[in-house]
Amino acid sequence: MFETLILILDSTVRLSTPLLLACLAGLYSERSGVVDIGLEGKMLGAAFGAGAVAYVTANAWLGLLAGIGVSVALGLLHGFASISNRGNQIVSGVAINFLAAGLTALLGQTWFRQGGRTPALPEGGRFRDIVWPYAEQLRDVPVIGPLYSELLSGHNILVYAGFIAVPLTWWVLFRTRFGLRLRAVGENPAAVDTAGISVAWLRYRAVIACGILCGFAGAYLSIAQGAGFGVNMTAGKGFIALAALIFAKWRPASAMFACLLFGFLDAVAIRMQGQEVPGIGEIPVQFFQALPYILTVILLAGFIGKAVPPKAAGIPYLKERS
Amino acid sequence: MNETPAIELRGINKSFGPVHANKDIDLVVKKGSIHGIIGENGAGKSTLMSILYGFYHADDGDILVNGKKVTIADSKAAIGMGIGMVHQHFMLVDNFSVLENIVLGAEDSAMLAGGLDRARIELKRLEEEYELRVDPDALIQDLPVGLQQRVEILKALYRSAEVLILDEPTGVLTPPEADHLFKILEVLKNEGKTILLITHKLREIMAATDSVSVMRRGEMVATRETRNTSMEELAELMVGRSVLLRVDKKPAVAAEPVMQVENLSVTDQRGVQVVKDVSFSVRAGEIVGIAGVSGNGQSELLETLAGIRRATGGTLRINGETIDLGTSTLDAADMRAKSMGHVPEDRHRMGLINSFAEYENSILGYHRDPAYSSGLLMNIAAIKENAVAEIEKYDIRPPNPMLKTASFSGGNQQKIVLAREIERDPDVLLVGQPTRGVDIGAIEFIHSRLVELRDAGKGILLVSVELDEIRALADRILVMFDGRIVGERGANADEGELGLLMAGVEDQAKMSVEGSAR
Repeated sequence: MFETLILILDSTVRLSTPLLLACLAGLYSERSGVVDIGLEGKMLGAAFGAGAVAYVTANAWLGLLAGIGVSVALGLLHGFASISNRGNQIVSGVAINFLAAGLTALLGQTWFRQGGRTPALPEGGRFRDIVWPYAEQLRDVPVIGPLYSELLSGHNILVYAGFIAVPLTWWVLFRTRFGLRLRAVGENPAAVDTAGISVAWLRYRAVIACGILCGFAGAYLSIAQGAGFGVNMTAGKGFIALAALIFAKWRPASAMFACLLFGFLDAVAIRMQGQEVPGIGEIPVQFFQALPYILTVILLAGFIGKAVPPKAAGIPYLKERS
Repeated sequence: MNETPAIELRGINKSFGPVHANKDIDLVVKKGSIHGIIGENGAGKSTLMSILYGFYHADDGDILVNGKKVTIADSKAAIGMGIGMVHQHFMLVDNFSVLENIVLGAEDSAMLAGGLDRARIELKRLEEEYELRVDPDALIQDLPVGLQQRVEILKALYRSAEVLILDEPTGVLTPPEADHLFKILEVLKNEGKTILLITHKLREIMAATDSVSVMRRGEMVATRETRNTSMEELAELMVGRSVLLRVDKKPAVAAEPVMQVENLSVTDQRGVQVVKDVSFSVRAGEIVGIAGVSGNGQSELLETLAGIRRATGGTLRINGETIDLGTSTLDAADMRAKSMGHVPEDRHRMGLINSFAEYENSILGYHRDPAYSSGLLMNIAAIKENAVAEIEKYDIRPPNPMLKTASFSGGNQQKIVLAREIERDPDVLLVGQPTRGVDIGAIEFIHSRLVELRDAGKGILLVSVELDEIRALADRILVMFDGRIVGERGANADEGELGLLMAGVEDQAKMSVEGSAR
């Protein structure tokens, strides 16, 4: 029983990581007042960029860099549409999702001729699991052993990056000048503007931060968790990350717990696949896949109170009257 | 004394599209003085100050700070030159603490901690020096507006502002809070700060300033030493005598009252009472004008009578039927059904749906009328026929009922609204700002239509911030100030006298509100 629990928690961590990275990405963007429904697209673009470059160069780090590059570029596109040109942020985000879905499959097929997939990664093209010191020796110690060697040890570096990003984001948001301004511009851009700070530049930096984290999330899927890019491999994770962000009321620590919860549900779903539950029978896997969304709706509807987004989220900032 | 002025503006011009908000403005502000800028709403005061604060850019003209010509590219530059501004709508982040708001944009370094600590100490010093006490850890959203404003002032002082601009600072304050603010300003002045006070309230100018400049319709019309001028002179300068609107009309033949309002009180969404125990009547065949500086309860009065806003108390008698407005649940459609037409003050927000075609807008609010609708389907043919007839009768151009109303000029949009309401033949027409943003030709047309309606024996209640318009059209003039009707005058009332009433100066002469239902 304990063994099973550890296994489920272990896979919870693995499954939560991309959600967490994307969720924190969205947090930067939305805290600055730029609604980002394009997390999914940026992740997908990054996954493809990472997979392709890691295959060609056989270097995971270059792959990660490429993923970040693609994601930041898509983020800047979103910024150009919604910050510089004051376009509708939802429309721009949706466009990015479509663009990424189509472009990755097309370029994948054109370059690699494997139905849109990137070829399996060569040695060195993938982030390997890091085994912590003494993990093997401690494996048989009761309770602490499995916790240490299964749960803490034995993940790839991007997993650790994701969880370190949580306190880091909190620190940036609440302990630095950039964070203060970022939060202010999402609440009342006019206050930031009259304080002599450029609203546009601030929001662009937020969008870039979002792109970087989305790049991590995408690279995780294709060159850390997986061993190559597959068509539409994000499979809605960007949207779940967005749900987690709302669920967490745009706060870093809550975001981590929300993502862990959703990851846990995913892990349970995989575990329950094809298994009979006494008295109920086999639960369809779709039920578990839908659970994050159902949970978000139910909990937001009454249990955790109203999730108030940053006040200026989604509203382009217009200074001059016309 | 030929000290260099703290601020000097030369030939400032600024246009927003077709609106020339500032025309060739010159202004000299002496160091260490409180300089008032007065003018009606829309006279261009806020625009001018926003230019000085670098929020807008002047189309041309020079700005001199301490005698040196400067370019103020943005607010940061203005702050750097020692100019601080307290905006009419506070520029504060509601869910930040006082301290966070104060350091925003003036943090010492990339890390917050040091800056916040220094701000806390500095704030303590400012608090003691200027008697501006406020809890640095309180959230803005928990503070009353008076304290929020104090935070804005502290923000400017923290940035070591030497020149402080206050834009309509008392608009949100209660009278005791306003008095306290003036005391603070006096202290600041004695410490050598220069203060620019923007307001449309004469009393504040007289009470607080050393000198005053008057703006009217984008122009700077006069500058006076406060002690050498009077409220009467300023009121006259503010209102101006330039454009004389003449409307050909015979004296009103007023009959029985068609609409009587008694003890109407209205509270707005902030919980502030905006209409205070107002009573008046409108008779068949007369135009009753409500004059007043905007924001004194006229808009809320009009909206309440139109069924858009709820009253806290009062009765409305229309066509012999008595309605208790305090408990009524009648909405805009019900009021229209009681033969009360409504031309709203803001045609873009309430009068029209600008992305709809002209013919669709021509029946908005009357779309349930059996003539246009069978309940399920609209009778498009009948609606278009009606639209075409109205276009002809009101000379709406271009004469195309299929065009979106957004493509019509302001004057023609207003004619669409007016045609819609007048052609339903209401017994009472409520009209708000009928000629705001309307060209001269259309103004004349709209005015003569209203007079025609009056001569047809209908009652009209006209709300306008244009005093000329009220004087040209109304048979009786009620002046609203601070939610009350503070005076009633006949059609040929003296402008200066009305101006004083509008500015809230006590009317000792002849308070004759009881004469309304004679």
